Amino acid sequence: MRQEIRICGFGGQGVITASVILGKAAAVYDNLIACQSQSYGPEARGGAARAEVIIDDKPIGCPGVHVADILIAMSIEAFTRYGRDVKPDGTIIIDPDLVVIPDLPERAYPIPATRIAENLGNTVVANIVMLGAVTAITGVVSEEAIHASTIKSVPARFKELNERALAAGIAAGHELKGLGRG
Amino acid sequence: MDRALIRRALGDKVQFIQGDDACAYGALLAGCNFFAGYPITPATEVAEQMSILLPLVGGCYIQMEDEIASMGALVGASWTGAKTMTSTSGPGFSLMQENLGYAIMTETPCVVVNVQRSGPSTGQPTMGAYGDMMQARWGTHGDHEIIMLCPASIQESLDLTIVAFNLSEQFRTPVLLFIDGELGHMRERLVIPDEDELELVERPMFNGQGKYLPFATDASLVPTFAPFGSGHRTYVTGLTHNEQGLPRSSSAEIHDKLVRRLADKINNHRDQIIRYEEFYADDCDIAIITYGITARTCRDVVEQARSKGIKVGMLRLITIWPFPDDTVARWSECVQAILVPEMNLGQMIHPIREAVAGRCKVAPLFRIGGEIHTPVEILTALEELQCQLC
Repeated sequence: MRQEIRICGFGGQGVITASVILGKAAAVYDNLIACQSQSYGPEARGGAARAEVIIDDKPIGCPGVHVADILIAMSIEAFTRYGRDVKPDGTIIIDPDLVVIPDLPERAYPIPATRIAENLGNTVVANIVMLGAVTAITGVVSEEAIHASTIKSVPARFKELNERALAAGIAAGHELKGLGRG
Repeated sequence: MDRALIRRALGDKVQFIQGDDACAYGALLAGCNFFAGYPITPATEVAEQMSILLPLVGGCYIQMEDEIASMGALVGASWTGAKTMTSTSGPGFSLMQENLGYAIMTETPCVVVNVQRSGPSTGQPTMGAYGDMMQARWGTHGDHEIIMLCPASIQESLDLTIVAFNLSEQFRTPVLLFIDGELGHMRERLVIPDEDELELVERPMFNGQGKYLPFATDASLVPTFAPFGSGHRTYVTGLTHNEQGLPRSSSAEIHDKLVRRLADKINNHRDQIIRYEEFYADDCDIAIITYGITARTCRDVVEQARSKGIKVGMLRLITIWPFPDDTVARWSECVQAILVPEMNLGQMIHPIREAVAGRCKVAPLFRIGGEIHTPVEILTALEELQCQLC
């Protein structure tokens, strides 16, 4: 079941945090094997950020993602760079307000995570909205696991905001999935 | 140290954390109560974690002015009886060489973690590499042996840090634990071992009977220890010294006896120090010999290659120094070729060739630049090797 997930965007969007929460959901709460790694430019905020998570039910050897099963792109640059490195039957999830390009593939799921987060009161939780969406669309981890992992990973005073972001992301994901988009 | 306090400081039994953090956790479990270091990418998280953890358990963390001083502080603290560790990367490890030799000569237990990045010099700070393997062996001057371990996972980073402390205490010598930037910053599940799963070794202590000779030894070749301040006269010097620790630097006989003993105390116990992992050892034509993070990709490729009909086995070195030459020699007797993937331009291939002694072909597969080997390039190398053998 090896699933290779690449989350990318720019520094400050919480791309790496999202990957850690996803990996933790799998490895600690879903009892799967997970391996998370990241790379980012020296200028962390605003520079390109990329994180990778591999989830499997067997021990993970090679920790690198080559052609992803799931791509989450939160910037044009990220999509242009990694949009093609997705398996033919893989899943692409983008933030349509940030990845504004004419030739977006038909199968891409548009999740306006930043706009949803803004409506919840703080764009900082856009990454958590995305995590909710990826869980609903792909089922790569369970909703219980992503919830437990998110709560464990965020400061207590932001618990409620993050829970709402996750729920909104899950709802947005289910809605698109229900429409048969993808 | 209060074990309950350590448990509380470490938190949940199952976590999802980085290799650097796992080293720090392992150190705490091993009883490390002193850390001196200087932050450097990609090793900073080891120091950061120790700066958080040690004050919680009554230990001491010092951020030093540089790596030379860090290593010096380790030696001093260890002589008070503390279990000591530092962490660094290539540029800092270069600076530590002088005092590393001092720790070897003065039989001072300590653990040095090197989260390797690409060199030479400041190189690629955020990228992983295994370019310090030979510096670890011969970086400090003079005849000496060194113990070095190379984990390949987050769990192993914790487990082997504990082993590193144990070996350093048992043999009263510095032990090196080498990971790389990739493993140091990678996250995986970590299960913190329970108290009854831990085996901790303490340095042999002076029992108070008779006169204390700080460098006198029995058959173990490891002298007993009385910490500074325990009431015994101890002289510690990097000069060639007698059993009292007093400088005797003009005597060929004393120098020969001392330096041979320092080497023998490690070499005579190779069976207790050397660790490795073997796959398909009895059923292969080609072997991969590798270590560190590269071994993970190789392990995947072994299965892929076997499913394509290439009979490949794998030897993963866990203990790098002392080098397991008997094991490598045994493999070379059973295979036609050995592939050596390394994240450098060829370092461990040298002792491998020496151990193989021409019995089979040894093929390099070197990669530098900070990225790990891809499964495809290893598989291609194996296929080419297979063709050459046919």
